[in-house]
Amino acid sequence: MTNTALDTFPKLIRRNAKERPDVPAYREKEFGIWQTYSWKDVYDNSRSFGLGLVELGVTRGDAVAIIGSNRPQLYWVFSATQSIGALPVPLYQDGVADEIQYVLAHAEAKVVVVEDQEQVDKVLSIMDQCPTIKYIIYKEPRGMRHYKQPFIKSYTEVQEIGQALDAKSPDFFDAECDKAVSDDIATLLYTSGTTGRPKGVMLSFRNMVEAGRLSVEFENLTEKDKVLSYLPMAWVGDHLFSYSQAATAGFSVNCPENAETVLTDLREIGPTYYFAPPAIFENMLTQMMIRIEDASKIKQKLFHYFIDVAKKCGVEILEGKPVPLMDRLKYALGNALIYGPLKNTLGFSQIRVAYTAGAPMGPEVFKFYRSLGVNLKQLYGQTESCAYVCIQNDKDVRPDTVGPPAPGCEIMIDEATGEVLYKSPGAFVGYYKNEEATKETKTETGWVHTGDAGIMTDDGQLKIIDRAKDVGKLRDGTLFAPQYIENKLKFFPFISEAVCHGNDKETVTAFINIDLEAVGNWAERRGISYASYQDLANRDEVYAQIKECVEQVNQDLAIDSELAGAQISRFLVLPKALDADDGELTRTRKVRRRIIAERYEPLITALFSDVSVADIQSEMTFEDGRKGQLKATVKIADATTYPAMRAAS
Amino acid sequence: MTEQTVNPGEVLLEVEDISLSFGAVRAISDVSFDIKKGEIRAIIGPNGAGKTSMLNCINGFYHPQQGTITYKGQKRSQMKPYEAAAQGIARTFQNVALFRGMTTLDNIMTGRNLKMKSGLFSSMLWWGSAQKEELEHRRYVEDIIDFLEIEAIRKTPVGRLPYGLQKRVELGRALAAEPELLLLDEPMAGMNLEEKEDMCRFILDVNDEFGTTICLIEHDMGVVMDISDRVMVLDYGGKIGDGLPEEVRSNQKVIDAYLGGGH
Repeated sequence: MTNTALDTFPKLIRRNAKERPDVPAYREKEFGIWQTYSWKDVYDNSRSFGLGLVELGVTRGDAVAIIGSNRPQLYWVFSATQSIGALPVPLYQDGVADEIQYVLAHAEAKVVVVEDQEQVDKVLSIMDQCPTIKYIIYKEPRGMRHYKQPFIKSYTEVQEIGQALDAKSPDFFDAECDKAVSDDIATLLYTSGTTGRPKGVMLSFRNMVEAGRLSVEFENLTEKDKVLSYLPMAWVGDHLFSYSQAATAGFSVNCPENAETVLTDLREIGPTYYFAPPAIFENMLTQMMIRIEDASKIKQKLFHYFIDVAKKCGVEILEGKPVPLMDRLKYALGNALIYGPLKNTLGFSQIRVAYTAGAPMGPEVFKFYRSLGVNLKQLYGQTESCAYVCIQNDKDVRPDTVGPPAPGCEIMIDEATGEVLYKSPGAFVGYYKNEEATKETKTETGWVHTGDAGIMTDDGQLKIIDRAKDVGKLRDGTLFAPQYIENKLKFFPFISEAVCHGNDKETVTAFINIDLEAVGNWAERRGISYASYQDLANRDEVYAQIKECVEQVNQDLAIDSELAGAQISRFLVLPKALDADDGELTRTRKVRRRIIAERYEPLITALFSDVSVADIQSEMTFEDGRKGQLKATVKIADATTYPAMRAAS
Repeated sequence: MTEQTVNPGEVLLEVEDISLSFGAVRAISDVSFDIKKGEIRAIIGPNGAGKTSMLNCINGFYHPQQGTITYKGQKRSQMKPYEAAAQGIARTFQNVALFRGMTTLDNIMTGRNLKMKSGLFSSMLWWGSAQKEELEHRRYVEDIIDFLEIEAIRKTPVGRLPYGLQKRVELGRALAAEPELLLLDEPMAGMNLEEKEDMCRFILDVNDEFGTTICLIEHDMGVVMDISDRVMVLDYGGKIGDGLPEEVRSNQKVIDAYLGGGH
């Protein structure tokens, strides 16, 4: 008897293939043309690949690692692997060999499916430390002709073996599919880990399917929706949007040609449903502003006039609130002249729902997109919850909260520590081979610790302040939430990254990373010549600009009663961009405070003394993996702080 | 004309005792060397050594006053550049020579010119066989775009591209002709380190993937030594060294020529 419950992805995909065989499921741009794969193609390909894996000796419970950029063929590896009861483990493809080695060894991967030669080489270089690996399968044949090792196979080769097995025993595959139940582990996602080694988060089919189904219902997503899949496949968000929700709602997932063409591809596809971390939205806004500065005077005037109109009433119109007729007319004109074309250029013309998550977003940036009519909302979740904890309602979107608990979720704030705890249908099963960490994170009653400090507003919206462990106090007892201040700094287009220090100190100080493009453009416009990033970062003119930004933040903070005492008194501009390759940021671009504190220790000491210059030596990694030494003398600047404004009231 | 196929490792092109002068200036004097099928052959030498002149002789742009050039077993006397192209010799130039107002895609498409068979009218109407033909060519060009990783600039006019990318487009156009022998005139000149490394990788990949024989001119010794199978050194129009990179590197004459020896 066939199992008809739709409780696993292979079963959902099988249903899609039966009920809507010709509906586009995955598209990828190849040779300049969008190639479409229907749900039937997805099923057929997963079937042959899955059976091929069986022939290679993969049995139920074995781990199959996936390394590569977003490609339909790699998404099929998920369904293929799950169909035969094995466990897919996606990895960040830009991870250095050492990181990849750790995960492959920890997950005991038996087969590694990679995109191209580069990754084959990477896996080969660490093979001897990962004795469990039996096969490497590559998708892209280019450059692979000279690899004669018998354990290296091509994607199509594996599919052919699978087809042969299918011809011999045609019922085998469906029987294997039906064996899976909803409590089986669907996938193992490794968290990028701001501290220590990555942990493998075990998510069951129940977790992923429920999180997918509930969020699809919440946003009324249908098979007509389109999403662009360009964020790492190993990230839980992409897994939810491009795999779980796609299989549940049956919408299409579009894979860009490569990382550099994402913006062009976004415009061509015009997704109805879009997600991006705040950095991408901020980056787009920066780009837009730079280009507007290059436009003719008339265009600039028009742009600024209508952007002001949008600021005034755009958000209200989007949320269907009453707006005076005159404003409505102006907005309609603005939409025809500015917002429409602008959204079209950005690829946002058809967007129904856009999400941002992962980090708080500057309120101005947030309002900017919403005022243009882009339904941008915030989402709160973690790998441990299948990215499903809070979602904002269309009618009630605020820049400073992440929304009420999503359907099926509950939130609790720990009275003592201020930490956010949740219950969610997506709440994970446990960390793979790490009982201890599981116990620390998940209570016996099912509450999951987030590690985030937050508050619940009176009307039931969650507001996240910072990582709970990062929130500290200045020596005088003032609350110090570094990320809160950093986010305010990063809102300025000139500042790409900031790191604040102040726990147990008298004052707050900051490291600033300039945004090369924005500052470079600004410098060019003013005829300031510079030789390199380091040179530009050290310019007095640049320091003056950054000082203005810092003081603006201080003014903002002065209004915030709880945080008014934590203003930035001194800052410096770092001579190099903080980089994930140097271990200073995580792959999702979160600051690794401990590593930065160690590496730039002399600079921090200097910030908290009264010297005006400091020397730093640091190791940096080039794109090709070679290491270099960075030596620089860094200037330290003072910033004005302001008295707390509402201290009395 | 009978086409002769040349197997890997055999001599594809042989230059015997050629001399070229412009009036009283002797650009090349009595130089002989050969290029074997499937190898990367480098010609190096200081400025004005006659490297580009040599390339121009090979692809029929200059006609040496003395000596013979044998290509695929056929001696040739006066050959025009387009005849050389038709026989499978393609090249890039020291100064980028692209159509600056045209996109990357169109520029590479021009490299397919010799392979296009449709008549003027059907091409204008984009009808029947002409349509089919163009689609095939486009497919081939897209393969090259993919190969050279220039998808993001497919529709960008090349005049707007940075120099390193223009060089890559030029290589793409040469590849579009499906050459048997690819002549590269200073492919790395004026590039920064990263661009140079990219270009080296592409040259090696072209050689490996398409089996194209490559003859390149460079004056950056380091680059040449790393990627070439054999190196010939010219100085003042004469050959002063020829052989494996390590042999050339230790050749006293070469060292003198590069370090301004003779004392």
